[in-house]
Amino acid sequence: MSISTVPVRLAHPRFGETGRRDAWWIQPLVVFLGLSTFLVYATWAAFQGDHYLYGPYVSPFYSPEVFGPSAHSWFGPKPAVWPAWLPFSPALIILPIPAFFRLTCYYYRGAYYKAFWADPPSCTVGEPRSSYWGENSFPLILQNIHRYMLFISTGVLLILLFDVWKAVWFADPTTGAVSFGVGIGTLVLALNTVLLSGYLFGCHSMRHIAGGCVDQLSRAPLGLRAYSCVTCLNRRHMVWAWTSLFTVGFSDLYVRLCSMGVWSDLRIF
Amino acid sequence: MAAERATFRIWRGDAQGGTFQDYPTKVSEGMVVLDAVHQIQAEQANDLAVRWNCKAGKCGSCSAEVNGNPRLMCMTRLNQLDLSVPVTVGPMHAFPLIRDLVTDVSWNFEAKKRIKRFKPRPPDAPDGTWRIAQGDVERVQEFRKCIECFLCQDVCHVLRDHQMFDAFIGPRHLVYAAALEMHPLDTENRIPDLKRAHGVGYCNITKCCTKVCPESITITDNAIIPLKERVIDQLYDPVAMLFRKLRTRD
Repeated sequence: MSISTVPVRLAHPRFGETGRRDAWWIQPLVVFLGLSTFLVYATWAAFQGDHYLYGPYVSPFYSPEVFGPSAHSWFGPKPAVWPAWLPFSPALIILPIPAFFRLTCYYYRGAYYKAFWADPPSCTVGEPRSSYWGENSFPLILQNIHRYMLFISTGVLLILLFDVWKAVWFADPTTGAVSFGVGIGTLVLALNTVLLSGYLFGCHSMRHIAGGCVDQLSRAPLGLRAYSCVTCLNRRHMVWAWTSLFTVGFSDLYVRLCSMGVWSDLRIF
Repeated sequence: MAAERATFRIWRGDAQGGTFQDYPTKVSEGMVVLDAVHQIQAEQANDLAVRWNCKAGKCGSCSAEVNGNPRLMCMTRLNQLDLSVPVTVGPMHAFPLIRDLVTDVSWNFEAKKRIKRFKPRPPDAPDGTWRIAQGDVERVQEFRKCIECFLCQDVCHVLRDHQMFDAFIGPRHLVYAAALEMHPLDTENRIPDLKRAHGVGYCNITKCCTKVCPESITITDNAIIPLKERVIDQLYDPVAMLFRKLRTRD
């Protein structure tokens, strides 16, 4: 016996309409507030162009200082081609790299599509728009550059790692003699680098490059081990993403407040 | 949970229209939603249409929406629900309604046929058998847990809200494609189809499919994103394309 059916659906849900009874709106709201807070702070801090150095510490927003007024600058002060209408800050040169890495990150994409674009607001919750392009066409097809952002961000991470090494060498203000030591700032920068490494090396593109792209990993034992390590980090990618976002902001804040004299850096030894 | 009464608000209707109707019934410890629905069917609504089979979360037949969440009715225990208010039980929204809780999911079987079949390499041994390392098949074994309940298809907003059945095959079939594409013996190339005919680019990684999967398959992270990366390898990344061209020339 065949069943004849007519393709009729239940009514199309309106924006925000759902049969769910849980507080589905909490997660997108938390994501919206968390990312918005970071965006506002990072933009403000990037345009300051000051208070990003304190003793051996460099704010991760300003590292590497490709062009800039400090002695850490690689190629000297502001380049002559810098547009006059745009305020100069060393962070504006380097910050777009991690910013685009996070913007194109698979975890953040899913999170901000929901929180900022309501596409959808949450699972089985009605959307505000009827049209949908997804990541199949411009502009979101550009998300496919994520792996290139990963390569460049890996270089930036290595520099941040070197910053941690530099953060254990303290100069005596009177004699100028340099000695090994660890301050709270050293720990803050080190923790930030560890969390950033967990985020970056657990990235989905890294997982693909490490071995996800081949079907017979057993032929490359090293690849199998790399793939297993990245997969292990990838399982907690969301946690790495949020904790590293927090510590990178906090590292800048710590260096900034120490430099402004608001906080004092405690030297552990 | 001692024996008590609970109200089930069940969708009653067909292609012409319908409404939710309340059915108060006695419930007891250990019951699942499907038990309650069967009880209502036996005692109050003999004509209630509900599709079910194994009652053990393995056949994927009793997919429905319980309190707005896509769930298997047989795996949704009543002690997980707030019984002080009516429990809403409706059909899957993404698919055409046949009657009451039964939807027409036949599109899924047609869509599956569009995916290129398994094409193994020539046998490794003269007796026609292959040799596979366990580590190589472990990754795809996860995908074989799929029971085709189509809850992931139901929750996916590309199908549910935007009805893009012609352009996007949905998470279930991306899992199927991943199981074939990542298989160590398979030699078929499904990547161009995944981009164009199957529309993997329409997935915007909301992970709703992963959340509702009763078999706990990590659909987004282990199937869809790796497929997206393979599509990038072959069709978007100029460096990877150049690298592959040089390697095949060697």
